[in-house]
Amino acid sequence: MSTATEAAEIPTVLDGPERRAYWAVADCLTIVRTELITILRYPAAIAWQLGTPVMFVLLFVYVFGSAMEVGGGADYQDYALPGMFAMTMANGFMGTAVAVAVVKEKGVMDRYRSMPMAPSAVVSGRGVADVISAAVDLAVLAAIALAVGWRPDGNLPETLSAFALLILLRSSLIWVGVYLGLLVPNQQAAGNLFAVAFPLGMISSVFTPPAMMPDWLGAIALWNPVSSTANAIRDLFGNPVPGGGGWVEQHATLMAVVWPVALTAVFLPLAVRRFQRLSS
Amino acid sequence: MGVSLDTASLDTASLDAASLDTAQWAVLTEGLRKRYGDKHALDGFDLAVGRGTVQGLLGPNGAGKTTAVRILATLARPSGGRAFVGGFDVTRQARQVRRRIGLTGQYAAVAEMLSGRQNLVMFGRLFHLDKARAARRADELLSTFGLTEAADTVAKEYSGGMRRRLDLAASMILAPQVLFLDEPTTGLDPRGRNEVWEAVRSLVAGGTTVLLTTQYLDEADQLADRVAVIDRGRKIADDTPAELKRAIGGDRIEVVVRGTTDLPAAVEAVARVMDRGAGAAEPAADREDRRVTAPVRDRVAALTEVARTLQERGVAVEDIGLRRPTLDEVFLRLTGHRTDEQSSGQKADERAVTREARALERAGTEREED
Repeated sequence: MSTATEAAEIPTVLDGPERRAYWAVADCLTIVRTELITILRYPAAIAWQLGTPVMFVLLFVYVFGSAMEVGGGADYQDYALPGMFAMTMANGFMGTAVAVAVVKEKGVMDRYRSMPMAPSAVVSGRGVADVISAAVDLAVLAAIALAVGWRPDGNLPETLSAFALLILLRSSLIWVGVYLGLLVPNQQAAGNLFAVAFPLGMISSVFTPPAMMPDWLGAIALWNPVSSTANAIRDLFGNPVPGGGGWVEQHATLMAVVWPVALTAVFLPLAVRRFQRLSS
Repeated sequence: MGVSLDTASLDTASLDAASLDTAQWAVLTEGLRKRYGDKHALDGFDLAVGRGTVQGLLGPNGAGKTTAVRILATLARPSGGRAFVGGFDVTRQARQVRRRIGLTGQYAAVAEMLSGRQNLVMFGRLFHLDKARAARRADELLSTFGLTEAADTVAKEYSGGMRRRLDLAASMILAPQVLFLDEPTTGLDPRGRNEVWEAVRSLVAGGTTVLLTTQYLDEADQLADRVAVIDRGRKIADDTPAELKRAIGGDRIEVVVRGTTDLPAAVEAVARVMDRGAGAAEPAADREDRRVTAPVRDRVAALTEVARTLQERGVAVEDIGLRRPTLDEVFLRLTGHRTDEQSSGQKADERAVTREARALERAGTEREED
């Protein structure tokens, strides 16, 4: 049979730090390719992923928009759209969690782990694919926002910085997603995380300035990482920024960096430990 | 061909003094233990699998089969004992082990949204083949496993048997020295099972060592050179299927007569040839089924003798034959989940649980008629 003869030609992979680093990247890219093909082949998921923010844009611009008041005579649309960018990035961790849960549940994770590939690629590949798909989401959202009349008023570096902060938030939440995906028993349970994620995205400055909420709720919204990113990009886009929130709101740009770094610092080790515990 | 890979992989680790002795076995475990909380999934499990053989691992759900495979495939760490694959320690030399094994688990672990070819190319790349080689290997495997026509179909659209074959193909990319098949046909229909069996047979012909876990006794019987029976985390038997069957009393002669009145004559005829060394003193007779059975040693002579005697006495015989005990009977006997099988004619055993009954039904009886 051809299996044995062909295999005899296969050279043994050499060990060593450079080789390992090389394969960590190469394996990661292989997984990225796989994940992107999977996303492209699953139209329902694309529709769902892009459909939700689009629906929100339309709802908040055309349905609630006229009734919403954010103070200072600012246009609600200019307030809400950057918020929705931030919320879309924040909710992306759900996609990561579900995808990780599927890979685990269907035995693909076991196959990866029984192979001589770089173990980190399982997670890094997932992360890179998620960032790419988040960038596409952002591009689509921005296009829709532009179509309904939203304009970034900042200069180019400011605008690019705003998008970078959005991607930073999404990237840090990959680790939350990986951790949760490994934690839950199956795909369904991962899907149920939506019930938690949805209000967490909403109790923020995304749709309403926290100052207009009851005190206790406003405090949560104020410290919500999504709020910091939303406020920071509003500032960078030259869109209306909620006022009166004190230190956190005044240092939104700083916090839009601090929060993702903190989330990564907490959840990256948790995710890695969870991944290693699969062996127990 | 075959196990020629061993000579090619002269890693320094395999030259360790400690592993020289272990390297002669494809798989070797010594007192392997695995605890999950209070439960001992493996409780001192020993196994030695010769290179190029098919070792069956037979046992009910929860016996420890999957745990053993997970430890050997570097997916789980043992709580105690040692395990080697191709002479490499599964805990300390996991990387070397991973280069030499293939794993097909209870699920078809393929990317559902990728085509068969894309799956194999992807796994080939992850096994660090270059692009051209991964593509060539994918095409070879697709053809080996009869998936060429479905090569560009998304795996999601595959039948259960096709998915398992794709899964097997993915396990075979580097032509592993040892292939772990963890219940490879669970949940498949008979056709899917046959497809997988055929695929496994062709791998074995290529020299791969296979460790196969199954709850289906006929599967072990079909594929395995040796069968280890595992129950509650320990090995309770390990032998060739033929030896295991012989161990519970060897072949039996079985006579079914037309009328109940002929039963005593049949009992008398069978009693003359039966092997009394196998335990029973008298043939077992079942009035309802009009069946007489007894262990025999000299199979053909016994069959001829009984047939002649019955013919001389004018007994109308409905059926006569030699019957070999099935692995099901071996298993039930060894695990004590079911008692003596002497009265082979007995109907549904109330004590046998449904699963066992189903397995029995599937395995059927092996009958050799002269």
